[in-house]
Amino acid sequence: MKEIRIHGRGGQGCVTASEILAVAAFLDGQNSQAFPSFGSERKGAPIQAFARISDKKIRTRAQILHPDFLIIQDPTLIGVVDLLFGLKEDGLVIVNTAKKPEELGLKTKAKVITVPALEIAVEEIGRPIPNTVMIGAFAGATGLIKIESVEKAVKERFPGELGEKNAKACRKAYNAAKEAK
Amino acid sequence: MAIELIEGSLAIAHGAALCRPGVISAYPITPQTHIVEDLAKMVADGQLKTEFVNTESEFGAASVVLGALAGGSRAYTATTSQGLALMLEVLYNCAGMRLPLVMCCANRSLSAPLSIWSDQQDAMLMRDSGFIMGFAEDAQEALDLHIMGYKIAEDERVQLPYMVNVDGFLITHTFEPVNIPDQKLVDEYLGSYKPFQVLDPANPITMGCFTEPAYHMDVRYQMHKANLESTKVIEEVAASFEKKFGRPSGGLIRNYKLDDADTVVVAMGSITGLVEEAVDTLRGKGQKVGLLKIKTLRPFPTDKVREALSGKKHVVVMDRAMSAGYGEILGSEIKAALYGTPNPPAIDSFIYGLGGRDIHEDEIIGMINRPNPGTHRSEWVGLRPDLLEE
Repeated sequence: MKEIRIHGRGGQGCVTASEILAVAAFLDGQNSQAFPSFGSERKGAPIQAFARISDKKIRTRAQILHPDFLIIQDPTLIGVVDLLFGLKEDGLVIVNTAKKPEELGLKTKAKVITVPALEIAVEEIGRPIPNTVMIGAFAGATGLIKIESVEKAVKERFPGELGEKNAKACRKAYNAAKEAK
Repeated sequence: MAIELIEGSLAIAHGAALCRPGVISAYPITPQTHIVEDLAKMVADGQLKTEFVNTESEFGAASVVLGALAGGSRAYTATTSQGLALMLEVLYNCAGMRLPLVMCCANRSLSAPLSIWSDQQDAMLMRDSGFIMGFAEDAQEALDLHIMGYKIAEDERVQLPYMVNVDGFLITHTFEPVNIPDQKLVDEYLGSYKPFQVLDPANPITMGCFTEPAYHMDVRYQMHKANLESTKVIEEVAASFEKKFGRPSGGLIRNYKLDDADTVVVAMGSITGLVEEAVDTLRGKGQKVGLLKIKTLRPFPTDKVREALSGKKHVVVMDRAMSAGYGEILGSEIKAALYGTPNPPAIDSFIYGLGGRDIHEDEIIGMINRPNPGTHRSEWVGLRPDLLEE
């Protein structure tokens, strides 16, 4: 079983991102689960969302304490909250930023890669919403879910033109993450 | 049938909608879940034909569904926590009047202190109400219990309301795979609601009327008896549901690796999945552990519990609620069920997960392997010593 924690701020679509991730894994034929951090979320406050992917039925509903993967939607959280808490040493951190990993000051033995998801979102979707884009990056960086499934999941979630644009942005982030890893 | 990865609340809304209630009533803001929001959307989108009544309070919502049932319509409501507390007066009436409401409760803690997180404390308000109380393990079972709930509640031998208990957040806010049955299958299975008495101006009757001491106790006895005897119907319905929909779901109890177990964990609700993990871990180390899932708390499946636990050496009961000034609730009922049986097991009971306190597999293993089995009563697991220092 692989466990994923997503960090962002209220209003940035962390929960939607975790849902897209789980749906994509499900479309791949895997078992998956997604859930929010069960809080009273407020716009702008740091929040988390979680996802699990497994080849077996997922029976636990406990919080994820030792994630294999971190997705950081909002780089301004670095230094503000303990993003690396419990991360496995052989884990992977994917950060939405145009900076290089070594510029971020993340003290971890885990591998860190960066993807300019915000810039991709503005370019392709026309809005600064990197949440779904980062799931494309996750697919590229990990190979755990197929990019075709991510595209399908975002098109189902956002019907019409918005879904098409999101899918295109996801593909772009997927390619960027593949190069970065 | 289509398997989709959806939020638990949406699965529940599908479960309710598939049963075609003529009236749905709810109080639309806090405390509430996405269940009624999803149902309202189905109505607005023209996917569900029902009379959807937004009310000024949970008391109002419960009153509307009670009235709808008395008028001969199938009815549905969903609530949680403080909302359930506010509905309580009406809900006891609903059971006393033998009206087959199906209600979902996203189980969450009661104030104070104010908390919106999960535990089963709210459900315990209903324990003595006359409602039949089912507990879902996951979103699939939550959906299924709606269909089975109407089947049981409307059975002429039962005529009692049914409460679908679903751990708040842990099920209602989690996205997971759910098999949504075809409408046709549900229609065939459930049929239309045939009330055995209806408020009708052309043929006036009184429901829930005033009773003097000469009548009250006997009517209450009949209600209690109907609840007790519904065990048979619940088992029949679990069997017919499995036959029709192709999966085991609901029922009175379910066992996991219980037959050869020396130690058995007893639990209900969404925690049972994690307990299965703990059972498998310990079995991997050669420890014979099993799990008894309580799927129906009322009527209490005394005979089934006795049968499942007789001959076992050790029983560990997990409570996600507590009786202040006493402690265990499920633990106490399990002990009562085993009282007087030959060579009863050593029984330990633990209170866990109140107000959303997270629980992990190692803590469950810790309960099972606590030294001196049989000496732990209502022990609280996961307390923070740093907060409890004087």
